[in-house]
Amino acid sequence: MTASAAERPVLVHLDGIVKRFGADAPALDGVSGDIRGGEITGLVGPDGAGKTTLIRLMTGLMRPEAGSISVLGHDARTEAPAIQAAIGYMPQRFGLYEDLSVQENLDLYADMRGLPRRERPAVFDELLTFTDLKRFTDRLAGKLSGGMKQKLGLACALIRKPRLLLLDEPGVGVDPISRRELWKMVENLTAEGIGVVWSTAYLDEAEACDRVLLMNVGKLLYAGPPAGLTGRVEGRVRRLTGIEGSRRKLLARLLDEDAVVDGVIQGEAIRLVLADKAAADGVARAAGTDAASLVAAAPRFEDAFVDMLGGGPGGRSALAEAQAPREAGNGRPVIEAHGLTKRFGDFTAADRISFDIPRGQIFGLLGPNGAGKSTTFKMLCGLLKPTEGEGRVAGFDLRRDAAEARNRLGYMAQKFSLYGDLSVSQNLDFFAGVYGLSGKRRRERIAMMLDIFDLKPHASMSAKDLPLGLKQRLALAAAVMHEPEALFLDEPTSGVDPITRREFWTHINGLVEKGVTVLVTTHFMDEAEYCDRISLIYRGKSIALGSPDELKAKVATAERPDPTMEDAFIALIEASEGEAT
Amino acid sequence: MTSYRRGRARRLLALIRKESHQIVRDPSSILIALVLPLILLFLFGYGVSLDTARTRVGLVLEETTPVTLDLAASFRASRYFDVAIGHDRRDFADDLVESRIGGILVVPAGFTADLAAARHPAVQVIVDGADPNTANFVQGYTAGTVSTWEAQRAAERALNATPLRIEQRFWFNPELKSRNFLVPGSIAIVMTLVGTLLTSMVIAREWERGTMEAMMATPVTAWELLAGKIVPYFLLGLASMSLCVGLAVFLFGVPFRGSVVALYALSAAFLMPALGQGLLISAVTKNQFLASQLALLSGFLPSFLLSGFIFEINSMPLPIQYISMIVPARYLIPSLQSVFLAGDIWPMFLRSMLILIGFGLVLFAIAIRKTAKRIA
Repeated sequence: MTASAAERPVLVHLDGIVKRFGADAPALDGVSGDIRGGEITGLVGPDGAGKTTLIRLMTGLMRPEAGSISVLGHDARTEAPAIQAAIGYMPQRFGLYEDLSVQENLDLYADMRGLPRRERPAVFDELLTFTDLKRFTDRLAGKLSGGMKQKLGLACALIRKPRLLLLDEPGVGVDPISRRELWKMVENLTAEGIGVVWSTAYLDEAEACDRVLLMNVGKLLYAGPPAGLTGRVEGRVRRLTGIEGSRRKLLARLLDEDAVVDGVIQGEAIRLVLADKAAADGVARAAGTDAASLVAAAPRFEDAFVDMLGGGPGGRSALAEAQAPREAGNGRPVIEAHGLTKRFGDFTAADRISFDIPRGQIFGLLGPNGAGKSTTFKMLCGLLKPTEGEGRVAGFDLRRDAAEARNRLGYMAQKFSLYGDLSVSQNLDFFAGVYGLSGKRRRERIAMMLDIFDLKPHASMSAKDLPLGLKQRLALAAAVMHEPEALFLDEPTSGVDPITRREFWTHINGLVEKGVTVLVTTHFMDEAEYCDRISLIYRGKSIALGSPDELKAKVATAERPDPTMEDAFIALIEASEGEAT
Repeated sequence: MTSYRRGRARRLLALIRKESHQIVRDPSSILIALVLPLILLFLFGYGVSLDTARTRVGLVLEETTPVTLDLAASFRASRYFDVAIGHDRRDFADDLVESRIGGILVVPAGFTADLAAARHPAVQVIVDGADPNTANFVQGYTAGTVSTWEAQRAAERALNATPLRIEQRFWFNPELKSRNFLVPGSIAIVMTLVGTLLTSMVIAREWERGTMEAMMATPVTAWELLAGKIVPYFLLGLASMSLCVGLAVFLFGVPFRGSVVALYALSAAFLMPALGQGLLISAVTKNQFLASQLALLSGFLPSFLLSGFIFEINSMPLPIQYISMIVPARYLIPSLQSVFLAGDIWPMFLRSMLILIGFGLVLFAIAIRKTAKRIA
């Protein structure tokens, strides 16, 4: 951290890299940049940006069609073995043998990398201490938690202290506490001069890097320190607080203002990126308040990314506009969970989870993978029978009237469960059939979905060939075609670019305004801010429930007056573990 | 250079050790290498039998003379037929259609006269062509029974009172038990399962789980990675084969007339193309489901159908006979059957082994090229 950026040695030099797979648009299109020793370089971008391809090129496991890569002074095209002997690489899913124990995995990598026997006890001891895995050396890797697997993967990549460490999405699928621990470990490595590449789709991770390579669909958008990128929106970011009435409606209106580049819900407030500093007064007027309620906020990486991509979409949702408003009903919550419990053998995946969601609200289940949010979610849409407890959707008991309940909900599964080999219109037709639409209404709704989501030009394309953003639209179209009362969204925007995410939430916000009730699972802290209330799920239990602002207020301290959602999450988990022990 | 070589030996040993741990801990390996062979062997040992113990037939005597009655008696005495006698073929037509009998044998009117006039008399055989196995059997054994009967009559007349017994003799499998040649054949199938199916699946699994990628980013070479798979599955294949042979000999009482050396030499030679095919499949597909489908289609089924295991190659249409030439199992099965039923015939074994090793080398060469340390 002491050497200035210019003094740090360049470990990897990328020059005009082009990589194609088949006849499609190139996965990497003219990427150039440097990776230096002694710092963390964030390889940042949504899914499909080309992050994994770039890392593989650096390992010498792939060859570019054009351009040159030099890694530690070796040409990646011709001297791959020399590179492979000198780097550490942790692929996605950590590259561990799940049916080997922790020690056996370490032994295997030590043999592969030719670590001399006499050095092993000391190296293993150091790595196991560093990763806190000493107690688990005999445990099979497959039986470790996500966070522990990730640490073991790191230990295997570090077995022969590499000069360059490549980590492909190390933060995926692990809880925020483990993610922070890993980050600290990696930071310590940079102090020894090791160069680290950390690829991620989470833009908040990018902010902590020394330098970033920001990528989108194969193109490099920005290379340099993150502050250099956030600098472009400096002074243009505002928080609109003290909103009266519906903040979603207000956001939709503001997003259509020319002076507003981007806007998202943040708890009770709205976060805005303005077209220029002078626009604040006009925007305040448009919001029907005074300039005082527009508080300047620290710019974030995501603000700059959206700004760089030309700003977010407008606030109108044609989908919501086409939908008739739902009547207020009898005041009964649309989704109810009472003591939902699911046990698999002696493992309790969900333990007495309870909450209500009134009509027209968004409720979030927030938690790391494996915490039990998907289990809870599946019990509530009738896909899984609870061991104990009761779930209701639109007043129908999921045990007795599962079919009735299911007819009233729309479900969007993780990773967009579409039929890849069916065309866009065949997918819509299939889901229309599944939800019992027929005759004229079926034709009308399909035509409407194609129109609203701009899918008409792609109607005959296979769903699997669609770009990620269009897949997301199609999945949403399939889930809302029958105008459900309740919408279940499982990790709806994981890995998609921020523009697509905003477009998605514009639709959801619009539907909620019309009285649709939404249950969403997410491990995205930002996404949690869009919810009216959230339940933090950790190790099968709901450890906290409340609005995002309430949860953040709970953990505010003198030295941290304005905690982020992630701070709140970590603090609440630590507090619950403190109680448990 | 020596330290480099030591590094290579150490990596190879480490890979083999890793693979052995995985084999022992992974239930699907045990299933394919040990349980599936047992099931197959029991199926062929007890369940599937190509023997036709006493086929029911209808014998129609269109004329009743001492001669035709004598012939009928001869059929009745046959150990291959269970004979019902009638006088009109229509009596049996329904039985044949309903598969209650395997065929109708008609001794036509005029049979006695033809025989006396030394005009070659014929017995008409009506069989169900939809069941060619039974049809062939009935046809063959009818001809056999008639000619034995004729010869016997001729002998009786010539030597008077000193009838000559003519006995059919089947070599190598005198009990005509299909088990005796099916079991050696099924050992080839078992080795195909281990060598091709299991091997292709475990490598595809490494691609799916990302461990292959992690390994490739270390100094390991493609050659070491492949050898690290070949050695353990080669040994597993031999172990699986040994289990089958033990069962065949001690449980099913299949004779073992050759030498153990020949058995292992042949099996080892056969495992080369089997493993080569497995490596190639996984290098091309990198997906467990596809790998298993391809292994079944290109490995298991041809070994089963085109190797002479169940269907005689000589009776296949010519184009299929040519195709069968690239099925490694076809070179193994006759040799393996000899080891069990006849004994060591080294010239035949050496030829088979040479061909198998040749196949193996070609497949290995392609597999190594395809596995060159590249992801795409």
